[in-house]
Amino acid sequence: MKMLVSPVANRDSHSPLSTPKADDLSMPTSAHAPATSPVDRLAAIANGDHVPSEVHPQMHLEPPVLEIKNFNLWYGSKQAIHGITMNIPNNKVTALVGPSGCGKSTLLRSVNRLNDLLNNVRIDGDMRLNGDSIYNSRMDVIDLRKRMGMVFQKPNPFPMSIYENVVYSLRIDGERNRGVLDQICEKSLRGAALWDEVKDRLTETALGLSGGQQQRLCIARAIAAEPEVLLLDEPCSALDPIATGKVEDLIQELRGTYSVLIVTHNMQQASRTSDFTAFMYLGRLIEYGPTTEIFTKPILKETEAYVTGRFG
Amino acid sequence: MNSDASPKTFPLRENELRPKRRRSAHTTLASHGEPWVWLMAGSLTLALMMIAGLLGLIVVRGSSTFWPVPLQLVQTSNGRESLGEVTRREEAIDATGPKPIPFTRRLIRIANFEITGNHFEWIDDRLITSESNPTWATAVERLEGGRFHGFPTRLLERGVAVAEGPEAAWEKFNELHPSVRIRWRSAMHLDHTDRGRLQRTLRNARLAVVQADLDYGNKSPQYFAAIKSEKQILQETEQAALSLDTQTSELREENAKWSFEFSTTSGETTTIPLESIVRAWQPNRIGLMQKMAVYASRWWEFLSDNPREANSAGGVFPAIWGTLAMTMIMALFVAPFGVLAALYLREYATSGPLTTFIRIAINNLAGVPSIVYGAFGLGFFCYFLGSGIDAIFFQASLVADNQPTFGTGGLLWASLTLALLTLPVVIVATEEALSSVPNSMREGSYACGAGKWQTIRRIVLPRALPGIMTGLILAMARGAGEVAPLMLVGVKKLAVDLPIDTEFPYIHASREFMHLSYLVYDVGFQSPNSQAAQPMVFTITFLLVTLIALLNISAIWIRARLKRRYVSQQF
Repeated sequence: MKMLVSPVANRDSHSPLSTPKADDLSMPTSAHAPATSPVDRLAAIANGDHVPSEVHPQMHLEPPVLEIKNFNLWYGSKQAIHGITMNIPNNKVTALVGPSGCGKSTLLRSVNRLNDLLNNVRIDGDMRLNGDSIYNSRMDVIDLRKRMGMVFQKPNPFPMSIYENVVYSLRIDGERNRGVLDQICEKSLRGAALWDEVKDRLTETALGLSGGQQQRLCIARAIAAEPEVLLLDEPCSALDPIATGKVEDLIQELRGTYSVLIVTHNMQQASRTSDFTAFMYLGRLIEYGPTTEIFTKPILKETEAYVTGRFG
Repeated sequence: MNSDASPKTFPLRENELRPKRRRSAHTTLASHGEPWVWLMAGSLTLALMMIAGLLGLIVVRGSSTFWPVPLQLVQTSNGRESLGEVTRREEAIDATGPKPIPFTRRLIRIANFEITGNHFEWIDDRLITSESNPTWATAVERLEGGRFHGFPTRLLERGVAVAEGPEAAWEKFNELHPSVRIRWRSAMHLDHTDRGRLQRTLRNARLAVVQADLDYGNKSPQYFAAIKSEKQILQETEQAALSLDTQTSELREENAKWSFEFSTTSGETTTIPLESIVRAWQPNRIGLMQKMAVYASRWWEFLSDNPREANSAGGVFPAIWGTLAMTMIMALFVAPFGVLAALYLREYATSGPLTTFIRIAINNLAGVPSIVYGAFGLGFFCYFLGSGIDAIFFQASLVADNQPTFGTGGLLWASLTLALLTLPVVIVATEEALSSVPNSMREGSYACGAGKWQTIRRIVLPRALPGIMTGLILAMARGAGEVAPLMLVGVKKLAVDLPIDTEFPYIHASREFMHLSYLVYDVGFQSPNSQAAQPMVFTITFLLVTLIALLNISAIWIRARLKRRYVSQQF
């Protein structure tokens, strides 16, 4: 177990001894860590107290593709992520679970710096992608995003042909060689288990595909650029069960070749598809370990309560 | 919350403040909202009726202008005879006597202005002794002097009758008239196009002399070279003009041989040279097919020919062409300008009080009276920019003829003025279209590693294109229907030289031009013979509305195609 650095150090305008306000979650009550007894852990978090994460020892054995180090994020004055430190293992599927508003998506969108597009976001701490600091001022954000693929909640195919959708990231790099493009298009569509369905209509608009096909197209688009890590933000929440099943099968197939970080609300999905699961609550990492352990014998009662559906 | 707290929060005592339950509270009129539905449906019906009424009036009056109406011969008790088309009948009250007496009267287009001094005549129905539709009554459209109504008597060749009697004369006329028209047309063409070209060559040579004088002084070799070449061109053009003269005079002499003699109801005999007859028809004896032929021929003249008689007759082709050319050039200017401005405002500018202020300012621009744009266009484009251009590039014309080239109204300035006028429409519509592009698409593109401009170029713009097209359609429809600013910046009552034609440099940006909506104003309210021109006003309006409708339909079609391509039907 590892103690986290209090974010107070970054907020010098507040004295650590000042009286806490109930609505100011960003401020811990005191420098002393409060009692972390399981009973009032969630209450303590809601209170704004600092609570250490429970990270299973196996997590330190996996070689990481992405290291998140004491990461904090504020939307304006509201802190959304509190000092998260975790390693995302290489070529494995890692699921982020937790109730709505716990910062899963925010954390995911921080990985490829999509939060940069919002102008009231402030961050602290760092992430490293294969050792390269993501939030280093010298990091080219466009170059960074090319090293990752992302799939969103709602399928967002671009208003162009299926073919152009898949090779989009190559097009913007100026790739014109038809042979290369054709090859990557087929490989990505096969990788996304969509090739057989669309191979005869690659030039048709992607907007004519069904929702499930559109989402798999988005996955094909995300893996076309050979990303180092694949970010999936609730990729099945807008899909029907059959399409969901196909996307889950696909995630199974991607395991081993790609490092996948998936946000999901669906406990069954997390248990079916992922190797590791992280449970988050109110912007904090509560427990992180192998999926089988999180779902069968979690260390914390809160985790058990959440994954069995007793709260959240 | 404990149970004894609830009475305190609801301080209801017996028989007090307790809402009475209506017997049928859930079926009241208000709960169904029926009156509102009626009100809404009523408003829509009223709007539809007004639109249908206006369009119906324009279509009916506009399309009936060219239909050959029977010529009625009316004899009155005071011994007068009138031959003409009945254009209107109305109830009136005779207040001359001790007691006002209601009566009906009719307005007859009697034509023959040079004889009667009137184009129209009111006839009191009480005075009519007989009315008939004589078989041989003929309506003649002339190049000058307006309509003529009469009975054919003889067809003359150099004053000698070659056909006597209405039937023979009419037959001979129909035989000769087409070739006369063809000769007339070729003479016109020689005069207008070929002679015009000679005049332009001559003028250019003269301006070259002035320019050489301005550039190098009047003792320079360039100046003398220019004078020499001018002399040479002068000689050449004189010869060419002479040969043109002989050609045209041959054609004209051949045409001048023939004339058509008519008798009129006032008992006089009028001889009309065949060359000045545009067309003639006998509405009382021809069948439906021939009437259709006359109708089609008049429509064709209207659409393809130049105007005659102070725009109240003939065609409006220069105006159609001018309207189209101006609208297209305006769209060429306003589309990129407006789209780029909206792109910056929506995609790049950080939102704050300044952008809000700019938005409000743009919206307000849409409310500025269009004549103000006209005044601005005249002052800025014509007098400031145009004069500057003239002073640098067209000084010779200014010095020699005191004639500005760009320093006065013209196609370019009119298009630019209207581009400014319609800019707010395009900006607002484009902004709407851009903001309707789902953010998820932008994020998807960024997540693929695209930069901002790449995202805009490849994702946002194609997706917003249908909406941008809508704005452009609105702008074009507005531009095509505008009058006030155009009067100041280049639209003229008559400008037969087309602003875009087959002569180098094809687009004559400085030329003045004609415009349909200005023509409506001119023909309707500035015409010396407004009564006769009234049907033309409806026809021109009909044409303008049709043109704008065509513009809209084609743009809607394009938009639907784009939408199918770029906007998802799902989700």
